[in-house]
Amino acid sequence: MSAASRAAVRLGTEPSKATRWIILGIVGVVFSIPIIGLIEFSFRDGLGGGYTLDHWTGLFTEEAARTYRQLFQAIGNSAVLAVVTVAIVLLILLPTMILVHIQFPKLKRVLEFICIIPITVPAIVLVVGLAPVYSVVVSVFGSGVWTLAFAYGITVLPYAYRAIQSNLDAVPVVTLSEAARSLGASWPVVLWRVLLPNLRRGVLAAAFISVAVVLGEFTIASLLNRRNLQTALLQVGQSDPWVAAIFALLALLFVFLLLLLIGRLGSTRNRSSS
Amino acid sequence: MTNSIPTATTIAASLSAAAGADGATVELVGVVKDYGSHRALNAIDLAIRPGEFVALLGPSGCGKTTALRALSGLETINAGQIRIDGKDVAAIPTNQRDIGMVFQSYSLFPHMTALENVEFGLRMRKVAPTERRARAEEALEMVGLGTFAQRFAHQLSGGQQQRVALARALVTRPRVLLLDEPLSALDAKVRVQLRDEIRRIQTELGITTVFVTHDQEEALAVADRVAVMRDGVIEQIGTPEELYATPSSAFVADFVGLSNRIPGQLVAGVAEVHGARLELLGDPLPDGPVTAYVRPEDIVIADAGIPATVVASSFLGSLRRTQVVLQDDTLLSIQHEVDTRPQPGDAVFLRLKGAPVSAVPRS
Repeated sequence: MSAASRAAVRLGTEPSKATRWIILGIVGVVFSIPIIGLIEFSFRDGLGGGYTLDHWTGLFTEEAARTYRQLFQAIGNSAVLAVVTVAIVLLILLPTMILVHIQFPKLKRVLEFICIIPITVPAIVLVVGLAPVYSVVVSVFGSGVWTLAFAYGITVLPYAYRAIQSNLDAVPVVTLSEAARSLGASWPVVLWRVLLPNLRRGVLAAAFISVAVVLGEFTIASLLNRRNLQTALLQVGQSDPWVAAIFALLALLFVFLLLLLIGRLGSTRNRSSS
Repeated sequence: MTNSIPTATTIAASLSAAAGADGATVELVGVVKDYGSHRALNAIDLAIRPGEFVALLGPSGCGKTTALRALSGLETINAGQIRIDGKDVAAIPTNQRDIGMVFQSYSLFPHMTALENVEFGLRMRKVAPTERRARAEEALEMVGLGTFAQRFAHQLSGGQQQRVALARALVTRPRVLLLDEPLSALDAKVRVQLRDEIRRIQTELGITTVFVTHDQEEALAVADRVAVMRDGVIEQIGTPEELYATPSSAFVADFVGLSNRIPGQLVAGVAEVHGARLELLGDPLPDGPVTAYVRPEDIVIADAGIPATVVASSFLGSLRRTQVVLQDDTLLSIQHEVDTRPQPGDAVFLRLKGAPVSAVPRS
């Protein structure tokens, strides 16, 4: 039992087991209703009632591959976007955070503030600001879908920041890097051999949550006229609602597995004796 | 651990023989370090002989840790020179200074075993794997942790972690060993044990060592010379005996060992304290009222003399320390044989032995 929960027991504020299960139950039902609805819908045979597997099996025919080419392309786009966004997080945010933590601790507050801002700005507002920026981006990098990752790099900042920061706070980064320096390690070696292995959990969590955010992103892609998974789902949904429902389910399942993985990473202890 | 000491000693000797060199000289020349408007090191000078064990002692904020970090390169300096073996290293980054360092907080790499931790410095120096392993095992052996090679930091006690850190710092045979309050996180018994072991290993290896501490007992016990620091300068440097017997200032007298502050009068350069005439240590002072710093062992219980009342008395093993209060309400601490057992409330007489004292003017 953690110190916090022990303190809670003493104060008598911790909910009883029954209360906890009731809360969990209610929340679970609320969240599962739309998902169950989606599953049920994907098996429906038209509007007349009755159930069929046709919508699921239909996906794996050659004809479907042709019909939904755009959708598969969009899945590919989203995958590329996820990879580029994660790269931005790992190559720009992570080194910046470590640098601030070690060398410029006074800037920690500023960095935190900057990283949290995107969560307070609605996507639609962000797009209004981004539209003129993207006219420049297009002229420099071309109009490839992957350029959306620049915008996504900003939208994932709050999540990635928190994941990495909590790990940074839990590891004596300064002492470890000073010890490594005194033993003859250059800065790249300190980063690679000493800090990263100890920040693994935070970094992986940041990467996975970035992937989850990118796969669920609709507004920016739609308003900047790019095709990603979500915009394609909307399009397909207008002609074939069942297929859209199925893909939504699959995307949901994928992200769910990702989040489960983050949870596992968060709970596993450091490797013990070998 | 005691039975492992003979082996460990021989290993340390072989390590030092392998190093084939005595320690390096270390010099700080006019080193200045500013943090904004605060001057942490005020043109500090310090010369350390090869193989010497020097303690930097002082209250927190006196600049002792800054001096050590400047020496290690973890802190840049604003002016002055830092010479190791005569060469100015002020511009050389930490990782190229060839130093070994043990930190106050536990600094073992948590994702590596004790052995991997010790191997790290050798890995950085591109030592071949077999030799690396052998040397790391030898170093762990030296600190008495040969059987703990595969443990991770979280499976070791605080004292064991600091031992591994010491092995890690020494395995590369650095020119200088820097110890930044390595014992302050440990409990009293382990602290004394490890302190003596650090001194033993240091003597065996003959490595020049700088040890930062705020604990005067620790500094006096292990160091060849102690530098007492205050406000970014070295107030006095000398052997523990010198510092204790002839403090150059009231600050040193007060900081090193226990001292009683007794009001007195300075007449013709001699302090008159309760009828005793005590010679003055350090720089001469103008005549007038002073506060004299008198060691507890320089005051004895006598048949006649200064009347006092016992407040408390505590047994310290080989001696007894008694608190008494004078008629003018001055509280004194005196030290005497254990067979004298004053009880609180007893009326006693005190006599000053007449040892020279430090003093400061009293307003």
